[in-house]
Formats: sequence, structure tokens, C-alpha cells
Amino acid sequence: MTLKETPIIKAHQDMGAKLVDFGGWNMPIHYGSQIDEHHQVRKDAGMFDVCHMTIVDLRGCEVNDYLAKLLANDVAKIIGKPGKALYSCMLNDEGGVIDDLITYAMQDAWVRVIVNSSTRKKDLAWMRSQIGNMAVELNERDDLAMIAVQGPNARELAAKALGDDIDGAQALKPFNALLINADSDKERFVARTGYTGEDGYEIVCANDQAEQMWRQLAAAGVHPCGLGARDTLRLEAGMNLYGNDMDETQSPLESGLSWTVDFSNDKRRFIGRSALEKQKEQGINYKFVGLILKGKGVLRAHQQVLIENNALTGELTSGTFSPTMQQAIGFARVPTDAEDTCLVAIRKKQLEAKIVKLPFVRNGKVLVD
Amino acid sequence: MTDIPQELKYTKSHEWVRVEDDGSLTIGITDHAQGLLGDMVFVELPDLGDEFEAEQDCAVVESVKAASDIYCPIEGEVIAINEELEEAPEQINVNAYHEGWLFRIQPLKENNFDDLMSPEDYAELVESESH
Repeated sequence: MTLKETPIIKAHQDMGAKLVDFGGWNMPIHYGSQIDEHHQVRKDAGMFDVCHMTIVDLRGCEVNDYLAKLLANDVAKIIGKPGKALYSCMLNDEGGVIDDLITYAMQDAWVRVIVNSSTRKKDLAWMRSQIGNMAVELNERDDLAMIAVQGPNARELAAKALGDDIDGAQALKPFNALLINADSDKERFVARTGYTGEDGYEIVCANDQAEQMWRQLAAAGVHPCGLGARDTLRLEAGMNLYGNDMDETQSPLESGLSWTVDFSNDKRRFIGRSALEKQKEQGINYKFVGLILKGKGVLRAHQQVLIENNALTGELTSGTFSPTMQQAIGFARVPTDAEDTCLVAIRKKQLEAKIVKLPFVRNGKVLVD
Repeated sequence: MTDIPQELKYTKSHEWVRVEDDGSLTIGITDHAQGLLGDMVFVELPDLGDEFEAEQDCAVVESVKAASDIYCPIEGEVIAINEELEEAPEQINVNAYHEGWLFRIQPLKENNFDDLMSPEDYAELVESESH
């Protein structure tokens, strides 16, 4: 099978990227050292090619009602507030997670949704199937590219590199977005969001302008970073990865995503609500926590977690070696009464790990002991 | 291009083997293997005196990305381990064939190393795996 390529592929090759098959896309995993790239983002500024992600525009006079049903978080929080962003899960009838996504209020009757690349096909099929008779038009924007610029100096360097192209973005508040030069060939959509736990932007432009934007950012001192660093950064930042930390067989209430499920409006019967209410009634057995391995080694997804005097076992959903903390860290689903410490089965050994609240790192600072 | 020194022997699981003057064997992972795994962060070495059969897993190297088993190329007893890797696993990335060596074994039987690969055969394996 031929791998799909983003419009930035040429620049990746020129900049020494190690390219790998990432869900059917030929993507940079690193440009030499993923640990160096990780530190660049925590201390300065790095950028990621995230063109493989799926951008979907939803338009129509019933788009709000549609999303009120489709999303577990309440889209009313951002409706009528162009530029506001909302993180949410999209659930199935059983309360399992089909995908997690970010929704941006664009203009009246226009909402932009960004979903994962690995789930593109089933997401689009599900979203289309839920429209029914509603006045909602779904349009996949595969004409658009996206670059994430992240790090304490990211916004300043992006302003230096892109100048008027992202005019006005400097004033954006966190988790807000701005459409610049709308309907012109210079259209840019800039969001102060990201997946690293650092400040920065995610910038959307036309495919044919993405490579130039990447090179302009590099010339201004933003370091190219691969998907390897993206994973260690999101793990330190306590951010879930679809397919690892939640999927269609897992409830958001046992995946650290309760804060994104909004039950407050009784009348809003979103898809999966009944199933989740039933779960709450029957009792939640697991909670989602951070683990820090006390000794040497590396935590990995699917390692078993053992709690003293507890018949229930837990499981790591993601794990890695934290470049910032110089320790192995991970996320785990553990019995709700688990506290302080646990044992993790790593090959033939059982090693002690500390149970902590997520995140591990935010804005360059370690938040756990 | 990946570095494949002529004076070493190789395995299909990407270990390199150096036959020392005293007949012992020094073992590590190849430059190609470290490049695939990326930044090393943890190494679990065998204990001195451990005995392994050929192709038995005897050590683990872990990069940020993944854990990878190391297989003993020849039946033997562990007579030295590279303890410096415990504090500095990145030595494997810096120089897989020197500072990045993993352990040394004394073969338990007479051996002409016929089961090991020549540099030419290993180069062919690397080439075939990258397509």
C-alpha cells in the first residue's frame, strides 16, 4: 500500500526526518533525537506536522441541536461565541468512546471539528449517520493543512515568522481561535490549543501553503519535531490518546474524561447518556490515574497493575520514559480505592510505582512529587 | 548509510558479535538497530554467571519508543556486563559498537560460529528490511 503524504513531506526529507508508517501516513517520527525535540518544546519552541488529522466543517441552522446530541460535552458552552473551543468525546449508544475531538465555534451556523486521523473513516460515517433529517451539512476539509507550534516561545516566534498572515492571533486567550483573512487565499485559522501542555498555536492553512509556512517557521527558529516527541509531551501533560487510553469498549467515566461529560442539562439526551447514567448507578469500578515508576525501567501500555489487598487488578493504558522527569511515567485504569502505591508487572518482576493525579507536567513545570 | 564494521559477526535479530583474543564474545546491538529504536533510556543486563542457550532472550534494551529483547547468539556463560549503561544507556546511540557494548560471554562449547552472519549477509538483511 502506498503511504499517504502530507503537503510538508519535502521539507521533512530536507530536514533529515526519520519517516515511518503512522496509520497509513508517511510521517516524521523524529529528526535525530526525540528526546532533544521534547526538550525544545518544553524550553523553547517546536512544531509538528499534524496535517494527517481530519478537519470537518459542519454548517446549517440545526448544527447546534445536532452537536448537542452527538457530543458528550455540552456545545451550548461555545454556541454564539465565535472562536471558543470545546474538547469532547463522541460516544456510541453503549457509552463507549468513538473518538475524542475539539469543536470550534466559527460563525453562526458553522462549527469546525477536528478528529483523529486513525478514526477518520468511522468518525465520518458515524457523524453522517446521525444527521438524519436535520439541516446540517458535513464537509471534510481535506484541502486544509495543519501545523502545531508549541512551547514557551512558540507564539512569539510564530508572530515573527508569519507576520501579517496571523495578524490578531497574539491577542487570543488560551483555548480560543481566530479566523484570519476569511475566504481569501490567505485564509488562516489559528487556535491557541495544542497537545503538549505548553502554550502555542495550531495553525490551519491551505494545503499548497503549508510547506512554505513550515519553512518560514523553521527559519525563525522553531524546531521541527516528530510524532515521537508529541507522544512523550502529551503523556507528561496528562492528555489522553485515543486507541490507547480510551476506545469503544471503555467508558469516559473510567478513562479520566468525566470532566468532559456534561450531565447538567437534564433535557440534553446526548448519545450514550443513558448508558453512562446506568454505569453511575451501578457504580464505577475504576479510576484513571498517573503512575510514576520508583526505580529503573519503563512503563508501557498493557502492563498489569496490582494493588495490595485488592482482587481487582488495573492496567496501564499508556507509558513511556519522561524526558522532563527522567523517570518512567504512565496512565493506568486502577480500582477506585487504590491509593499511594501499586505494583506494576514488568516482564518477570513486580516493581513499585507511585499513584498520582494527572498531569505530570504543565508549562515546563513538574507538578507531581 | 548504516555502519556495519567488517571485523564483526551478526545475527538476524540485529546483535553484533566480536570474537575476542581469549575466545570470549562481546555482544551489542547494531547501528541499524539503535537507529530504529531511537533514544535509549533503559537497559536490563543479565547477571554475571548466567548461562544462556543460543537464541535465548537474555537482556532488554528500551528506547523511549519501545522495549526490545536481546538474544544470546551462542550458548555461553556471562563473564562481563557493561555496567556503565545503567547510568548512560544513550551510549548505545552514541556508539553502538564500542561504548555501547552490552555483555560478554564465554562459549560453553567448541564453536566455529557458522550460525552467525557475515557483514555482507547482514548488510543484505538490513537492505531487505528497509523495503
